[in-house]
Parts: sequence; structure tokens; C-alpha cells
Amino acid sequence: MNKNLIAYTISLILLAGAVVLGVTVGTVTISPRVLWNPSSDETAANILWNIRMPRVVLAGLVGAALAIAGAAFQGLLKNPLADPYTLGVSSGASVGAVTTLFFGITIPFLGIFTLPVISMAGALATMLAVMAFAKLVDRSMKMETVILTGIIFSSFLGSVISLMIALTGEELRQIIGWLLGSVSMRGWPYVQMALPFLLIGSFLLWLNRRELNAMLFGEERAQHLGVNIKRSKMMILVSGSVLTGAAVAVSGTIGFVGLVVPHMVRLLWGSDHRHVLPLSFINGAALLIVCDLVSRTIISPTELPIGVITAFIGAPVFAFIFFRQRKGVA
Amino acid sequence: MLKIGGLSGGYGDRNIVQNVSFAVAKGTMLGILGPNGSGKSTLMKLISGVLPASSGTVEIGGKEIGAFQAKELAREMAVLPQLHAHAFAHTVRETIELGRYPHQSGWFSSWSKEDESEVQEAMRLMNISQYEKTQIDQLSGGEQQRVFVAQALAQNARVLLLDEPTNHLDINHQKELLDTIKKQAIEKNLTVVSIFHDINIASMYCDQLLLLDQGQIVRMGEPHEVVRAQDIETVYHTRVSNHPHPELPKPQITLLPGVERKAAAAKIAAEDFLVSPEMVLYQSEMPLKTVSSAVINAGSGWFRTFINRHVDMNYNIDDSVQEMTGFIENKGFKPTETVGMMTAVRTEHAVVKEYEGDFGSVVIAVTAGVGNAVDVSKAVEREVGVGTINTWIMVNGHLSDEAFIQAMITATEAKTKALHQEGVKDPLTGTIATGTSTDSCLVSATQQGGYLPYAGPITELGKLIGTGVFECTVEALESYRQAKAQ
Repeated sequence: MNKNLIAYTISLILLAGAVVLGVTVGTVTISPRVLWNPSSDETAANILWNIRMPRVVLAGLVGAALAIAGAAFQGLLKNPLADPYTLGVSSGASVGAVTTLFFGITIPFLGIFTLPVISMAGALATMLAVMAFAKLVDRSMKMETVILTGIIFSSFLGSVISLMIALTGEELRQIIGWLLGSVSMRGWPYVQMALPFLLIGSFLLWLNRRELNAMLFGEERAQHLGVNIKRSKMMILVSGSVLTGAAVAVSGTIGFVGLVVPHMVRLLWGSDHRHVLPLSFINGAALLIVCDLVSRTIISPTELPIGVITAFIGAPVFAFIFFRQRKGVA
Repeated sequence: MLKIGGLSGGYGDRNIVQNVSFAVAKGTMLGILGPNGSGKSTLMKLISGVLPASSGTVEIGGKEIGAFQAKELAREMAVLPQLHAHAFAHTVRETIELGRYPHQSGWFSSWSKEDESEVQEAMRLMNISQYEKTQIDQLSGGEQQRVFVAQALAQNARVLLLDEPTNHLDINHQKELLDTIKKQAIEKNLTVVSIFHDINIASMYCDQLLLLDQGQIVRMGEPHEVVRAQDIETVYHTRVSNHPHPELPKPQITLLPGVERKAAAAKIAAEDFLVSPEMVLYQSEMPLKTVSSAVINAGSGWFRTFINRHVDMNYNIDDSVQEMTGFIENKGFKPTETVGMMTAVRTEHAVVKEYEGDFGSVVIAVTAGVGNAVDVSKAVEREVGVGTINTWIMVNGHLSDEAFIQAMITATEAKTKALHQEGVKDPLTGTIATGTSTDSCLVSATQQGGYLPYAGPITELGKLIGTGVFECTVEALESYRQAKAQ
């Protein structure tokens, strides 16, 4: 218990630190005092609350969603390399999002939620297709098979997106920027758009924390332990797709967050999902806030897409995990 | 408690298990035996419900397993599968805690006192409490196996299905684990069904056994009905031999190797016996199958060195086995392949003779003295002295178990007749003696050459033993008397 208390304390301090840095550092440096005393500097307060804060909150939500979804996918597939990006689920969500933007679709009743809902549908469809295909290739669903299948689907869906982009003409630049992943200039409406889905998806995954622990020992073993496999699997797949779809809809494709964060959490605090899930959520938020901070300050005034930063960290971590798994040093 | 009726099933269209029916009562243990690919594991999967059956029923306490909710079923039935590798490491405690999963409900269900005590108890029973915080993948295969057994025990179910629970365990841990499971089965009235690889272990621990071959029951019943050489040989396609367990009324089997024992033709010959005042010594090139009432290595076994040692009349040592073992070691022999007897008679008077028969020959060696002569039919309380008629019968031939025992009977009768002939009397009763108070007998055979199923007094072997023992004993008694007279 003591160990867990430390884990949560450290994670929350990191998150708080990331938020404070995220809202104060930038082209205009703002004193943290403005946070609790807006009247001390009206202009600064305006920048902080209307530009930086929604950006930080959005980055945090997207990071949390991707990290917890990654942790759940890894547990479900017993595959430490699985994450929304490597499985091709992010690409599926992108296709949904680009299609919505391209055709200007708005579904009645859904309003602003049209974009995330169609992204989620794309994510779920891709997830199911990837799993079905991987199972067709190799019944035991080996780590490499699943990741390769993810790459195949990513490539294919990427080409579909490229085709649509080529057909748009003038909006090209905007969509490409969006594709590389960014949380800039989104504002509070985007936070509102994603928030309900991220909360529901995370909560559903958290409900399956014990089932995920059991499934780490294989579906058969989990069934012996009394897990309703069909129901839990479906819940985890749908929740993971909801989280990915919502995250991609507001920020584009940001890779590797779902890989790096759960891996670090497991390395430091063990692989019990009762803690891996919430800790991934908190630390995913902190990591993406920091990545966003780096992306907009490192070559200021130009902004780097945030996906560039996460891939820069994530790809080597991916290589490292793969190496360790292959060498049998678990 | 657990009732299986006409169960068939397998993968795809192929029914691996066909029409299996049995019932297991509360508090008892059923062992499933069968060669690789006989459908044992498939049967387990059908019973546990992870593999849907194509026909037939599985009932727990009268209720079909399909009618249970997933968690409900896990509270009734715990399963120990075969060990698999895992991508993520759990600690031992986290793994065993999962066994409590079916007992938890609700979104925020907390860890109850009962959960905690069940987990502690399971760890204690499997003797793994010290590994509580260790990562599973850092444990040896045997320790991991115990962790998974503890997980199944923590489920606190009434039915326990085990797939080779003693896999990866050394013999001590095999015994401890099965002792624990057996004890739990009796104390908590559990119903246990377990797959076994080791027929002898299954026979020792199970109340009922089921022999499976090609998905069908070949034989089912108590161990003595199932562990029979002929059935085991047909099903496993291996030569085996039955023998009794030394402590329990449970039959055991021994493998007989496919390769014949390469034996240098061993021949026992009278001239190879070394007779000296210290002892009568015979050393064989090949181990001989032996049954004896010696001091060292009595009972049956395979031995190469045979000693009949002279000791003083007043030899009186509390632990004669230890002293005799020391003596054998001092002489440079190996106590594990030596049969050792003692006598107060002077061993240089030993009579060793060879008798030829059609099958081969028999060598008889006797040392005799009648200081303690007894008429067995009138045995009364008397002081016990040192053994005085030691008879060895060493056969160049292949004896059956019956022949070994019959050879002893025949030899004893011949000895008694010799005492009669010599008019040896029991000094206490004054009647004709039948032997002395501490006689020993030994029958050895090369187990090569002619097969001799019987050794009664009118068989060829029995005749040689009868005449031989009689003659040698008479001669030995005469030299004993002459020596005494001097």
C-alpha cells in the first residue's frame, strides 16, 4: 500500500508541475501568481486562461486517453508493443476524422460530437479488423504478427487519407498539420468535445482492471477464474476505441504515448492493472503536456507538431521493449 | 458431486474425447491416466467448460455447468492448467489474489478479511509465503507451479481440476503438494480430478483411476483394478511389471527397458567360493537376484558380494547392522551390493558343493553348528544365541518369484531332515531338533539361461536343492562335531 501511495503522489506532483510549466512558459513568460490572482496582470491572465489553459488541458486529456488505452490494449493482447498507434487504430480514427472534415458531415443530434463519434467508429472498425486478420494469420496472435498487421492497416489507411488530402486542394496544409498531431489553437470547444468520451472510456476500462489482470494469464485461465471473457473483451475494445477516436478527433495522430507511459509505469510500479490504468492516465497527461511545451518552445517562434516529439521519444522506447522481449529479459 | 455423462468433444469436427461418463464423489480424488494424445487435456477442457462439448453433460452438484454464471462457476470449480509463459510479470501475491476474483463483486469491491485470510492460507499451504513480493518469472518452474496451485486453492471452490499438478516438481515437492491436496480434499470435502503422467503417483494418491486411450475410457476403478500390467502395456505400448507398494495397498509399476540387459554369461561355480577362518566369501561378476534373511540387505534385491562372516561366540553388539556394515566397508566391498550373514561356527568348516542339472547347476554352501538346536514344534522360552545353520542356494538359472519362495521351503525341509538324520536334539526338550534359533537362508540366481518356474521338491531344481542341502548340512554337522570333539 505504501508503495502505491508513493506512486500516486509522485505522479500527481509531476502532473501539477507539468500544468504549471505548460501555462507559464512560452513566448510570453507568465508568472504563476496570475493563476490565483488574475487581476495582477489582465493581459497575462487572458493568455493563460483563453489560450494556454485549454491547450494544456487538451494535451493532458489526449495524453491520458492514449496512455490508458495503450495500457488496456497491451493487457488484453498480452503484447507489450500494442498501443493505439502501433495497432493502426489511430489511423482508423484518422480516416473517420478526415472523412468527416472532407465531406463536411454533420449528423443531426450529435452536432459537434459528429467528429469524435465517426472517429471512434473508424477506430473500432480498424481494431476489429486488425484482430480478425492477425488471428487468421496466426492463431496464437504472436506479438510480431499483431504489430505487423497494425502496420499493414496503418499503411493502407494512410494512403486513403493521402488520397483524400490530394483531392482537397486548398485545405491541404491544414489537414497535414492536423495529421501530424497538434493541440494548438483548439480552445475550450475541443475540450468539451472530447471530455465526455474520455471520461466514459477511462471509467469503463477501470471497471475491467481485475479482468485485465486475469487475462494476462491467457483467456482460458481468465475464464477458469470466472471472467466473462466475451463481455470484458468487448468492453475493453470499445472503450479503447472510444478513447482513441476521441483523442484523434481533437488532436490528430499522436504516436507512442500509449506505449511509453504504461511501459514506464510497469517498470517502476509493477503490472497490476488496478494501478497501471490510473497511473498511466495521470502520467500520460503529464507527458503529453510536457511534449506539447517542448514542441512549441524548442524552435520558437515556429511550432513543431507534437507527434514529432512523441515519436522522437517513443520509437527508441519501442525498440528497447522489443529488444528486451526478444532477449527474454522481461 | 461431479457427474459426467456421455461427454464427447474436441476441436473442429473431430471428436477427440468420445462418450466419456463417470462420477466423482465428494472428498475423493480421481486420477486420469493415459498416453500422450489420449485426450486427457481435452477432457479437462470439456469438463471446465472452456471447450464446448459436442454432446453430453457435465454437472456439479446436480446443476449443468452451462447454467452457471462465469463467476458462479469459478466459485464452484477451480482449474490448474499447465504452465505457460507470460509477457508481463506479476508478483506472487498479485497472482494468488486473482484467485479471489470470483468472490468479488460490484464496481469498487474492496478486499475483505476473508479474501486476505484465504490468500494467506493458500500461500502457507504451498509453502511460498516467503516469495510474496517476488516477481513470478524470477521463480523456478517448481515454485511457479506451486504459485498457481495456491491461486486455485484461493478460489476456495468445491471442485478442483488439476492438469499435471506435479509438473516441474522434484520428488519431495511432488509428495508435499499431493499430500496437501489430499488433506484439503478430506478436510474440506473437495472433489478432485487430476491428470497424472506418473502412474505410480496416481496410484498412491487417488481413490479412483481412469485410464484413457484414444479419447475413450479403457478402464476405470480403484487403483488395483486399473494399474495392471496388461492394461498399461496395451495402452502405453511399453513393457511394465507390477509390484506392491512397500507401505500402502496401492499397486505400482516398474518400466522394463526395451534394451535387454547385456549380460556377460555369469556362472556360479563352487571353486570360486573363498572359504577362510574369517568368512565364506563369494563374489559374482554380475549382480544376482537374491532373496535372503541375512543381517545386511535382507529381503529381495540384486547383489554381487555374499559374505558369511565368522564372529566370536560372545559377539554382542547393540547395532549389529552398523558394525557389520563397517566390516564390509573395511574389506573394500560396497554395502549396497553385499548380502552379509554372521555365524559363530568356524567358517573354515563350510561345505560348498555344486550339483549339475539339465538346466544348469546349483551351488549349495552351508555352515552348521547346533549349539542352539531347537525343536520348533515345542518351542519354549530360551536364551537366544548366535545363528548357527546358514544355507546358501545359488542357482545358475532363471527363477520365477514362486521358485524363489519354493526353493527356501525345500531347503528348510532338507535341513530339518538332515538334523533328524544326525539325531540332533533340542537340549531343553530332549526331542529331535528342527533347526537352530537363528538360522538364515539365502537363494540367489543369475536369472540367465533356463527358465525355472517352480522349485518344489519334485521339480528338477527342487530335487537338486533337496539333495544338496541335505548332503551339505549333514557333512557340515559332522565336521562341526569333529571339531568340537578335538
